[in-house]
Amino acid sequence: MIHFVLLISRQGKVRLTKWYSPYTQKERTKVIRELSGVILTRGPKLCNFVEWRGYKVVYKRYASLYFCMCIDQEDNELEVLEIIHHFVEILDRYFGSVCELDLIFNFHKAYYILDEILIAGELQETSKKIVARLIAAQDSLVETAKEEASSISNIIAQATK
Amino acid sequence: MADLIIDAFSSQTRLRDMIRAIRGCKTAAEERAVVRKECAVIRASISENDQDYRHRNLAKLMFIHMLGYPTHFGQMECLKSIASAGFPEKRIGYLGLMLLLDERQEVLMLVTNSLKQDLNHSNPYIVGLALCALGNICSAEMARDLAPEVERLFQSRDPNIRKKAALCSVRIIKKVPDLAENFMSPAATLLKEKHHGALIAGVQLCTDMCKVSLEALEYFRKKCTDGLVKALKERVNSPYTPEYDISGISDPFLHIRLLRLLRILGKGDADASDCMNDILAQVATKTETNKNAGTAILYECVETIMSIEDNSGLRVLAINILGRFLSNRDNNIRYVALNMLMRAIAVDAQAVQRHRITILECVKDSDASIRKRALELIFLLVNENNVKPLTKELIDYLQVSDQEFKGDLTEKICSIVEKFSMEKKWYIDKMLKVLSEAGNFVKDEIWHALIVAISNASDLQGYTVRSLYRALQTSSEQESLIQVAVWCIGEYGEMLVNNVGMLEKEDPLTVTESDAVDVLEAAIKRHTSDITSRALSLVALLKLSSRFPSCSKRISDIIIEHKGSFVLELQQRSIEFNSIIDKHQNIRSTLLERMPVLDEASYNSKRKSGSLPPTASAPTGASPKLPNGVVKSPAAPMADLLDLSSDDAPVPSSSGGDNLPDLLGGSLTSLPSLTGQAPSNGTDILMELLSIGTPAAQNDVSTSDLLSTNHNNTPSGTPLERLSPPSPFSPQVSTPTATTPVMDLLDGFSPTLSMSNKKSSTDPYFSGNNGPVYPSIIAFQSSSLKIEFSFSKQPENLQSTLINATFTNMSSNIYTDFIFQAAVPKFIQLHLDPASSNTLPASGNGSIGQSLRVTNSQHGQKHLAMRIRVAYKINNKDVLEQGQITNFPPGL
Repeated sequence: MIHFVLLISRQGKVRLTKWYSPYTQKERTKVIRELSGVILTRGPKLCNFVEWRGYKVVYKRYASLYFCMCIDQEDNELEVLEIIHHFVEILDRYFGSVCELDLIFNFHKAYYILDEILIAGELQETSKKIVARLIAAQDSLVETAKEEASSISNIIAQATK
Repeated sequence: MADLIIDAFSSQTRLRDMIRAIRGCKTAAEERAVVRKECAVIRASISENDQDYRHRNLAKLMFIHMLGYPTHFGQMECLKSIASAGFPEKRIGYLGLMLLLDERQEVLMLVTNSLKQDLNHSNPYIVGLALCALGNICSAEMARDLAPEVERLFQSRDPNIRKKAALCSVRIIKKVPDLAENFMSPAATLLKEKHHGALIAGVQLCTDMCKVSLEALEYFRKKCTDGLVKALKERVNSPYTPEYDISGISDPFLHIRLLRLLRILGKGDADASDCMNDILAQVATKTETNKNAGTAILYECVETIMSIEDNSGLRVLAINILGRFLSNRDNNIRYVALNMLMRAIAVDAQAVQRHRITILECVKDSDASIRKRALELIFLLVNENNVKPLTKELIDYLQVSDQEFKGDLTEKICSIVEKFSMEKKWYIDKMLKVLSEAGNFVKDEIWHALIVAISNASDLQGYTVRSLYRALQTSSEQESLIQVAVWCIGEYGEMLVNNVGMLEKEDPLTVTESDAVDVLEAAIKRHTSDITSRALSLVALLKLSSRFPSCSKRISDIIIEHKGSFVLELQQRSIEFNSIIDKHQNIRSTLLERMPVLDEASYNSKRKSGSLPPTASAPTGASPKLPNGVVKSPAAPMADLLDLSSDDAPVPSSSGGDNLPDLLGGSLTSLPSLTGQAPSNGTDILMELLSIGTPAAQNDVSTSDLLSTNHNNTPSGTPLERLSPPSPFSPQVSTPTATTPVMDLLDGFSPTLSMSNKKSSTDPYFSGNNGPVYPSIIAFQSSSLKIEFSFSKQPENLQSTLINATFTNMSSNIYTDFIFQAAVPKFIQLHLDPASSNTLPASGNGSIGQSLRVTNSQHGQKHLAMRIRVAYKINNKDVLEQGQITNFPPGL
């Protein structure tokens, strides 16, 4: 099971955190600080796994961002690397060659995408196409609702002119 | 009011602008200011119950939360947003719920109803949102409440709902394992899915159910094994499917999950294992491994092969795959190979042994994760046949390894060497190597054990001390090497100088007496030496002073030099030692005899059972109260060194007997230490001793008489013998807190009484644990209440006593609001710790504990006394009891 997902920038800034196991706010801060200390300082040629408090943290760097997932001892590390890549590819398709800034300003969208890939710390969907379709459908629901709202407020505005 | 609202709205920034503003901050203070301002606006907007901006506020709060600021005030907003009708509100509401709350917050329960409604919503996306939220953060209560809803959704026509429901159930059964049986048949149905997402989720659910329920495991094993094997076969032979393709493999995630479930089903069941043999062999041979995805499948497959019931052909295949992994250039693959081999050892140690050389190479890898794994694996691989070459390799590597790895490596080498220490010379050689390479990383108990071993190997002592001397010439910065060397030179100095006990292949070594003293002097003067090394050096010098007459004057000078040491321990020791050299020539050589052989067996058993007193492992001076922290553990070996209280130590009665009364008489504080051992002998004697132990009386008393009365069970002999504890020698050696009686004898010479006061408190009679034993007393008893006191003292602080009070209710009513108070005379200080409870169950069915700390500033002169008052309520009626305690055991 994946206990949490972290996206940390090279400067140690947190870009996304998702916790599937309960951690208090204090613990979360500590975990992030501890792990970014370990992961950001590892050399580029080293393996992508860090043993940490009886768990394993699998991380992979994409440009300026480190994607980290914390898993149990008996989980398949190599597969988690593929899950990270899967997530990155979907982000990439959604944003169109994603960059850190996309994830900063549209962090909620990154979360929506992650929620279509993982639930309860387990993989949910392996088809990038299906994830993209589901996200697009929900985005368009939001758009429609917005348009409706603005057209109603236009009508009200015109009626009260 | 209206103005205020407008004001609040006008300061509303867009999410994008807020993020920009935060990113623009140059300092943390600036960022805090921006966040504070935003939070204020959001709070204002929340309290206005402003719905137009709820969406934006929540988004902002999530961002602020991600930066680590508190956002609890936004939690209710999430709930409100979830409760609104529109999809956009619900979407952001659920996201906020998952980010801002976790399962432990009470607020979460409030969302149960909304979740229930949304799980039954007609819009599949809203159902999806609810399932996702439930799957990510539900608590056990919510799991129970909503499980039927989730179960129903397994029937949904939309596969995306089915997959979400399945994963949501994974969390539900983890929270409430009892619910697993409800999901058994729907989960089995999911295994026939064609939709990958739903199938993957179904496989995952089955896997987790097997972990929590044996019944489910049996069920799936019977019903689904064949189906799963078939599904895996289909996957392996499936043609190219672009939608699921990852580097040439169709949906490796599905492969891996199927393999994992098969592993659980096959484990411990020969039939099921048999059923999957073919497909496992196929996966193991056909999978492409030039990409990570393929390797991941193979890795999973190997693990399955190793876990299911025995099929030797498959296992050979699996171990060979791991061997291939191990020689891969990719660090990730090597890491997982080491990981797997570790588990494979239990199955087939021989096969793993074949890869020993490669694994050893991995210990030297530049990657810390790999090194750590490899070292653990090597540790498991060591046996009688390979221990020598492996240890050699590891020690060689110790010379070049990273500083941060040395600790781990040293620990492992030491435990390997100790484990295979049958051959003494090899053990000593290797330990000396480790000490010279990484002495600073060697734990105290390891080198203590080495000393015990050396003391037992009489034919190797000469060789050892010479080797140590040589080692010191080349590596003089390893603390524990110095300590062992100094101890050995002190004990076996003449063997060093005279080349006693030369081994066949040993080169002769020319060391003069003054060379040996040089080493000790260097150790004591080395500014980085810790206090243990210095103290050990002082003792060693003292020992050599009688054996190396030519250096006697020089040694005495060095000792005198330290009389002014700022370190109390050293100062005291040098003063004492100086007295021995100056005034007690006639007993000196006896006093400084070589240590008797240390009892190896009892030391080892003590170590293994972990019964070393806590002080031995505690860092030096850990307790701030220690007046003389170093006395505790580091002084231990030193104390042992001087110990001559062993039964078999030759003590000619003529030499020292005359001096003893004198020695003892000088010390009033050694008395409690002697008596502490024998409280059962009768407290009267104790009393007498204590009352005598006042400065006025000290020189007039014939202490030897007192002593003989004290030890009335020991046959008469020389006073020195009588001083020796009746207990066998070994416990003292193995309990490093013990100091020797000799120290106490010497106390009398120290000019300051207060110092010897502290010193004597480390007396062996307090043997190794917490100090002297005092009988517990019933401090107070009435028809309704009993108070018992038990006592303990910290050996280093005789004035203060820790009292554990136990209150027992003798009546049939429950006492509530129980309060215990106590008052003491002025010369005593009292500190009360909080009681364990303030409710005392009736009829002695439980008790309250409370600890008191008393410090008797006139310890030894006045007894403890105490007035007590106990207040409590029976059925809300106040009751008060009072009393005076005068029956404290003497000596407190």
